[in-house]
Amino acid sequence: MASQVDAVYIYLLLVSGAMTALIFIAVAVLSIKYRRQPGREAVQIEGSTILEVSWSIIPFFVMVTFFIWGAVIFFKERTPPADATEVYVVAKQWMWKVEHMEGQREINELHVPTGQDIKLIMTSQDVIHSFFIPAFRLKQDVLPGRYTTLWFKATKPGHYHLFCAEYCGTMHSGMGGDIVVMEPQDYALWAAGGASAPLQETGMELFAAFGCSTCHRSDAQGRGPNLQGLYNSRVPLEDGRTVTADDNYVRESILDPTAKIVKGYMPVMPTFQGIVSDDQLNALVAYVKSLSQPPTGTAGLQNEPVASPAQPQNVQVQ
Amino acid sequence: MAIKAATPVIPANQVPKLNYLTNGYTLKSWLLTTDHKRIAILYLISVSAFFFLGGFFAMLIRLELLTPEGDLMQADTYNKVFTMHGIVMVFFFLIPVVPAILGNFVLPLMVGAKDLAFPRINLLSWYLYIAAGVLFLHCMLSGGVDTGWTFYTPYSTAASNTNVIEAGLAIFIAGFSSIFTGLNFIVTVHRMRAPGLTWSRLPLFIWSTYATSLVMILGTPVIAITMVLVVAERLLHLGIFDPNLGGDPVLFQHLFWFYSHPAVYIMILPSMGVISEIVPCFARKRVFGYKFVALSSVAIAVFGFLVWAHHLFVAGISLYAALIFSFLSFVVAVPSAIKVFNWTATLYKGSITYATPMLYAFGFIGLFTIGGLTGIMLATIGVDVHVTDTYFVIAHFHYVMVGGVLMGYLGGLHFWWPKITGRMYPEGWAKLSALFVFVGFNLTFFPQFILGYLGMPRRYWQYPPEFQVLNVLSTAGASILAVGYLLPMIYLLWSLRYGPLAGDNPWGAAGLEWKTASPPPTFNFDETPVVTWEAYNYDEIPEPKELEAPVAR
Repeated sequence: MASQVDAVYIYLLLVSGAMTALIFIAVAVLSIKYRRQPGREAVQIEGSTILEVSWSIIPFFVMVTFFIWGAVIFFKERTPPADATEVYVVAKQWMWKVEHMEGQREINELHVPTGQDIKLIMTSQDVIHSFFIPAFRLKQDVLPGRYTTLWFKATKPGHYHLFCAEYCGTMHSGMGGDIVVMEPQDYALWAAGGASAPLQETGMELFAAFGCSTCHRSDAQGRGPNLQGLYNSRVPLEDGRTVTADDNYVRESILDPTAKIVKGYMPVMPTFQGIVSDDQLNALVAYVKSLSQPPTGTAGLQNEPVASPAQPQNVQVQ
Repeated sequence: MAIKAATPVIPANQVPKLNYLTNGYTLKSWLLTTDHKRIAILYLISVSAFFFLGGFFAMLIRLELLTPEGDLMQADTYNKVFTMHGIVMVFFFLIPVVPAILGNFVLPLMVGAKDLAFPRINLLSWYLYIAAGVLFLHCMLSGGVDTGWTFYTPYSTAASNTNVIEAGLAIFIAGFSSIFTGLNFIVTVHRMRAPGLTWSRLPLFIWSTYATSLVMILGTPVIAITMVLVVAERLLHLGIFDPNLGGDPVLFQHLFWFYSHPAVYIMILPSMGVISEIVPCFARKRVFGYKFVALSSVAIAVFGFLVWAHHLFVAGISLYAALIFSFLSFVVAVPSAIKVFNWTATLYKGSITYATPMLYAFGFIGLFTIGGLTGIMLATIGVDVHVTDTYFVIAHFHYVMVGGVLMGYLGGLHFWWPKITGRMYPEGWAKLSALFVFVGFNLTFFPQFILGYLGMPRRYWQYPPEFQVLNVLSTAGASILAVGYLLPMIYLLWSLRYGPLAGDNPWGAAGLEWKTASPPPTFNFDETPVVTWEAYNYDEIPEPKELEAPVAR
């Protein structure tokens, strides 16, 4: 992606450079050639419609090429591949917390393997931040109260700057870190060490601990909708709309359950605003998501929620 | 290169005894005046004071950034300094500078009127500006504000513990000053033009100031109400912008930029008007494509309202909204390009002299071209994602704001200085300071384009050491620039007493303002002028004999 941004940037530089040179040279040449000289008077010229039209239309069409090229790149930047590895990022004044699906947690660092599509699902605990990796030519604001995403595929191992690009208070300029890009085998070694439970497993435990599983049962008998296969499906709502159950939808349904009532259900779910932390929310969303994925061999997860309300005190909630 | 002051010598007996400056010497005669010319002087003094205050903050920023470590001041102090630099420069300098000083002085003269349509409201505008300024000074002295001039929520409503409320109210009040000025200009242009001065004969400065006034009265209420919402949210926790209370922080950005992007055109359009006056005068030609230059101002004002969300490409707006706003941002570039091409074409077959105003006009055309073209790069979304919120953006808008607006203002100030004061400024010193401004400006801000593309984010108190070389260059440029700004203050003040008398029309310029005395009498014209000629009829005006032919280089 970086090379594509550079390519369009170089194109822009060349065209703008030529344009700037044209204006500078024209001003310099004309103002010297037509400097005041005795015996010569200025020639009054009304204007020229042909010139006016051409220097409006031609630059416009040149700019349309800028627009299209820039838009194509942006479209790619905003369309993550469906099979990208997901990583959760929580921003707060003034640090970045990273949670991998396999359970590793990092602060102000993000380890990723080369050659793999990585999709960051990001939210903020307080004010607006912005996740900026200059080397990848990528940036995305990180907002409180919702998820934004950013995806990339790193190609070259190394350490790259991570900056916060949206002003966020006292230590805004200290809210940086490293993107550590590793060869896949090195990454595997790194990932093997120090991992706690995978994110969706933590989510499954939380799902039971908060008592979600009492209503959201895996059969059709619960007071709440069955969440199996929910993620990314189209959900009909009580008010007639249909929405896609994406990350933001799941998040909102936990924090503000009455905002979008699923058709055929009562607005009986209490809000979890202020009860679940952003980290726990991410785990819950990851779990709900895992209910829609075919069980894979490596993950080896049981996609069945713990049916009985397990005793919360037995659950390690971080 | 020999620089020689081109100064016409006018016998003292030609100086009008009674003019707007001699019409009363008491403080009251100034503070309660309704004379647009005196109000322009009041603005000149107060806006200049804010300019040097904002410039002082700029120097503190550049000094801090001389080294990668945050060593000159605390992080919190630095955040307040760049915030106050932004607020002072945007709301108390750039927005009023050309309309309230030059516009106030020359607009009624240019349309052949005795004053603006509502002289008392004009005075009220100045008092509102002063009230806002005093409130903001109080805000600064009582601890300042650290939100950035953009006041992004929820930082400004929930996180910052500085004096956001006073700053917001100051901007609210300053907004009304600008609304009243815009209203006054619109009514004056519609109702008070001299007989024969049809719309197609209006000077281009009037067209651009008129377009500016439209933006002022349509856009400013939005920032005013947005500031009220921020203050209300901070005090009452209404939950408009704070997601914890059910609000939407991006809504603030839409409201803020709905005004603040058009505000960029409030700043640049009047300066474009100034350039459209200077270039024909010193090329001794009518402006090339008058109709296109005039209508491009209106086009900029209209399209300027439709591009605000290009500030939000990475803020979480929808993909398709981003595409539409990107496209519209390219559209708004067309009328700006038309102006640049027409000014350049005006030089063709002219009879050009290089007085200081013309040097500033050349500077404006060059720097605005760079500012505009880098704006086009920012409209290209794929590039914007990388360089937004970096020093690339800082460099871009300083090229437009400082390279454009300030160049236009300084050009206009020198151009109309003989009319305002009746005396000439020292040409040699003026040329020297124009050179300082041009060189210093480019050295300050060009390195910032590179810094931005390399990835240095804006509003950073400390930065990785690899960015230091470019930052040192930038700070060095800023010191040269500072000299370029201090010099005019000294020699212009000097010229008030020692400058040679100018006469009514030292430049041999077209335009009604040159057909009255310098300085003009209180009611501008002894009898209402009747216009029977087109604008910029330079073929009918003799060149001033006293101006020397430029020395060939």
